[in-house]
Amino acid sequence: MPITTVFTAEIKKISILDEHANFDEKLGDGLIPNEDLLKLYEAMVACRHLDEVAFRLQRSGRMGTYPQNMGQEATSLGAAYVLRKDDWMVTCYRENCGLFWRGVPMEAILLHWMGDERGNAMPKPHWVTPIYVPLGTQMLHAAGLTLAAKYRGIDRIACTFFGDGAASEGDFHEACNFASNLEIPVVFVCQNNFWAISTPSKINSAAPTFAQRGISYGMPCVQVDGNDIFATVYAMKQAMEYTRKHGKPYFIEMVTYRLADHTTADDAKRYREDAEVESWRRKDPIIRLNAHLKNLRIWDDDKEVALKEKVALDIAAAVARAENITPPERTDAFDNMYAETPADLALQRDTRHTHSLGQDPSQLPIEAQERAAQMDAAAFAAHAAH
Amino acid sequence: MANITLVQAINLALIQEMERNDSIVLLGEDIGVNGGVFRVTEGLQKRFGGARVFDTPLAESGIIGLSIGMAMGGLHPVPEIQFEGFLGPAYDQICSHAARMRSRTRGAFTVPMTIRIPVGGGIHAPELHSDSPEAIYAHTPGLKVVMPSSPYDAKGLLTSCLREPDPVLFFEPKRIYRAIREEVPEDEYTLPLGVARTVCEGSDLTIVSWGASVVQCMQAIEKSEQSIELIDLRTIYPFDMDAVATSVKKTGRCVVVHEAPLTCGFGSEIAARIMERCFLELEAPVQRVAGYDTTMPYYKMELDYLPDSYRVQRAIEDCLAY
Ligand SMILES: Cc1ncc(C[n+]2csc(CCOP(=O)(O)OP(=O)(O)O)c2C)c(N)n1
Ligand SMILES: [Mg+2]
Repeated sequence: MPITTVFTAEIKKISILDEHANFDEKLGDGLIPNEDLLKLYEAMVACRHLDEVAFRLQRSGRMGTYPQNMGQEATSLGAAYVLRKDDWMVTCYRENCGLFWRGVPMEAILLHWMGDERGNAMPKPHWVTPIYVPLGTQMLHAAGLTLAAKYRGIDRIACTFFGDGAASEGDFHEACNFASNLEIPVVFVCQNNFWAISTPSKINSAAPTFAQRGISYGMPCVQVDGNDIFATVYAMKQAMEYTRKHGKPYFIEMVTYRLADHTTADDAKRYREDAEVESWRRKDPIIRLNAHLKNLRIWDDDKEVALKEKVALDIAAAVARAENITPPERTDAFDNMYAETPADLALQRDTRHTHSLGQDPSQLPIEAQERAAQMDAAAFAAHAAH
Repeated sequence: MANITLVQAINLALIQEMERNDSIVLLGEDIGVNGGVFRVTEGLQKRFGGARVFDTPLAESGIIGLSIGMAMGGLHPVPEIQFEGFLGPAYDQICSHAARMRSRTRGAFTVPMTIRIPVGGGIHAPELHSDSPEAIYAHTPGLKVVMPSSPYDAKGLLTSCLREPDPVLFFEPKRIYRAIREEVPEDEYTLPLGVARTVCEGSDLTIVSWGASVVQCMQAIEKSEQSIELIDLRTIYPFDMDAVATSVKKTGRCVVVHEAPLTCGFGSEIAARIMERCFLELEAPVQRVAGYDTTMPYYKMELDYLPDSYRVQRAIEDCLAY
């Protein structure tokens, strides 16, 4: 028997607006109307500003650990722009720009990182899931959300985001396999920003691309310049058309770069060269879109100043809303555990600062019960203040 | 002697054992160049090379599964799981394989491995960075579970773990990673697993605790006028029931303190054992001060959840009132 080729594959890369603001007319013309382009630009500028504000909040002790999005705005934004309003967007934690585009309020994201669960209470109108902290887990949920729609005969797809690092988790591979074998229309978007904290992406994939991971699950796959809003929109449109038409998954690798530290708790200087970061600063998605808008003569420095002023005001208002929210009720953690709070949990809630957890105070001698009751009133007030 | 933190004590123990034993290999996420997100493995890759201290792909099941194979192959791997909240994907490898390998092969294969895991709350961290799952693993036969509460103990206990023939989960309370400094001998020493430490002696009541909660208990004891004995369990499994029972027989009263949720927390086991061994000496029911049976709240409310000296004091008073 001769040796035959049973399979070959190639990965295409899409780039439309390059880092020097050269524009590929053939692919890019008519892709995004000018008025939308302006809105997309404004969205990126706003997201960038929020990042800077959040960073300062963390440094001044007004917020906990925060993961900056800087440099990656065009990835999730391109996808969010293309998706229908009622398609699911299932992200991890570095997709603010796309979430804001869908109408998620900035204070929701701020609240999450300010250590307040109410930041996750994002109801259906946004068709997004809350921030996911355990890596790689959300892609299976994206598949399930879409399967639920398919089961009900609803025309709905999901787009799910994950990093180059998260693509090493077992759940990622299971999600790909499930989506293709069960024929679920999910767009898998790998944000390859070259780093997973201090781990370079070559440790997470020895292959030349992340895109080719889709091949082993029978998906069409493509790589795009993730700092090019035209390229991310272009690829997402193709993915959307394919998934809707065939009811099957699609894989996009968006090549981008994390310009900031991994989070405010990280110090990237420990593991990567300034020169590398500098070279990516020049590829910033906002810089090149700004140049392009100016080339189109629909943007100028006055408009830029006005935009920055507006954005600063909007974000200051969002920060104020997040910071001025009433403190959570001390009983919140108990009352949100189950649809109906089990009696034992309710007892814990009600005895939590008054008596050893869940115990029946009537076992104490009468004087001790009275003394405990008196102490509770005074001491609980003092304790609650801390 | 050096006046060092828990982070430095662990780092020192790793260095000394790695120099003694070339079977010890460190692996995990960000442990190499970056020295781990808490810097526990700082400088070790430089010192011992990339073959002995290496960064892995981001996959906890992979990290533990690989380590199990390495252990069966004659090494002593020391995998780090970046936060206790990310033990989830590794659960199957830990409980279905590491824990059972010796018994199911009647000793033909064993898994000498020390899993290092930062644990617990109180550092303003994001979701799933503040839990206390020690009871889950203490409940799994075949595993040993250790949680130090001081730099001195951390160094001695970790050294013992690195010489253990069976898998150990070494939980490092991140709240006290840098909060306490202590004189720690630079020379190597070991502290046996399964032996508790009496932190202070007393005659009225016994407190049993472990990890960062020990510090909260000490604060409560300082504020109390009673004579209270504090026992730091140090090893959750195997646990030093003799030390606990001896103390409770003397005092007749016991309060158990831990961060993990109350129900099926390891305090439940301690309370049951005290019933079995000290029933006739008991003057009061064992009191438990623990996390609540809720998800660990995000950090805005974490201090409301974590046992503190105030709650410990209240339990002491209630226990003494009987
Ligand atoms: C299961 C799990 N393991 C470890 C972590 C800790 N952690 C948080 S982010 C991160 C790096 C993620 O890198 P990548 O997936 O490339 O996303 P990026 O942060 O670069 O956007 C790690 C290791 C986690 N959140 N979840
Ligand atoms: Mg990454």
